[in-house]
Amino acid sequence: MSVLHLSIRNESDISEAVRQSRAMAGRLGFSTTSAYYIATAASELAANLWIHAGGGMITLQRHGARGMELMTVDNGPGIADIDKALEEGFSTANGLGCGLPGVKRLMDELDIASYPGVRTEIKARKWL
Amino acid sequence: MKVPIIRLGKVLLVSIQVDLTDAAALQFQEDLINRISETEALGVAIDITSLDVVDSYMARVINDTASMARLLGAEVVISGVQPFVALALVEMGRELINVDCVFNLEQALKKLEVSIAARGDRGGNRDTYEW
Repeated sequence: MSVLHLSIRNESDISEAVRQSRAMAGRLGFSTTSAYYIATAASELAANLWIHAGGGMITLQRHGARGMELMTVDNGPGIADIDKALEEGFSTANGLGCGLPGVKRLMDELDIASYPGVRTEIKARKWL
Repeated sequence: MKVPIIRLGKVLLVSIQVDLTDAAALQFQEDLINRISETEALGVAIDITSLDVVDSYMARVINDTASMARLLGAEVVISGVQPFVALALVEMGRELINVDCVFNLEQALKKLEVSIAARGDRGGNRDTYEW
């Protein structure tokens, strides 16, 4: 299975996203370390859906011949200042950062498109 | 899901085995600080061997819990950080700030014993004060 859509409607859906993304990364041939990075990034992204957007959808899929993509879509309040979202939070462990800087470091590419109040789409990719 | 807190002499043992939801994390922190103050525990060992993915939220829960326990006067040691958890946390630019980490629960108990002995505190016994 190379595409998996998971709806994040409650907190236990987050751990399902983590398990599935690690399993898929393993099947796509990622090293154990990379598979854990992807799983941790999936945990951050799915937790964001739950905490900041009140739920949403995360899609796990093969990307091209040598990659994996995590994509989240939600209709929450959105991210007003994407640059700020990417710098905040990683300097302190007790700030209520949204974990995006962490995702950026764990993955190879991060694209964020946010139309506040309408739709936010985040794509995080990692290459083999 | 409630996190069990076990007392062993002056020390409390906690094993976090699943990702905690917001509500469960709050409940756990409340239970732990209550147990610490009830038992006047001098140390807390938090074992996270069973967590193979720790995201920034869980890292914060663990850090905050350790800080709370410290504020009450208990020493805190974390045991069982999995190799891939360590890799991912450092890669994310996170760490378990100011918390001593050891391989396993056995070492955690030894470390607590040493740090409790070092502060010369016998749990309510004031004889060790110099003045």
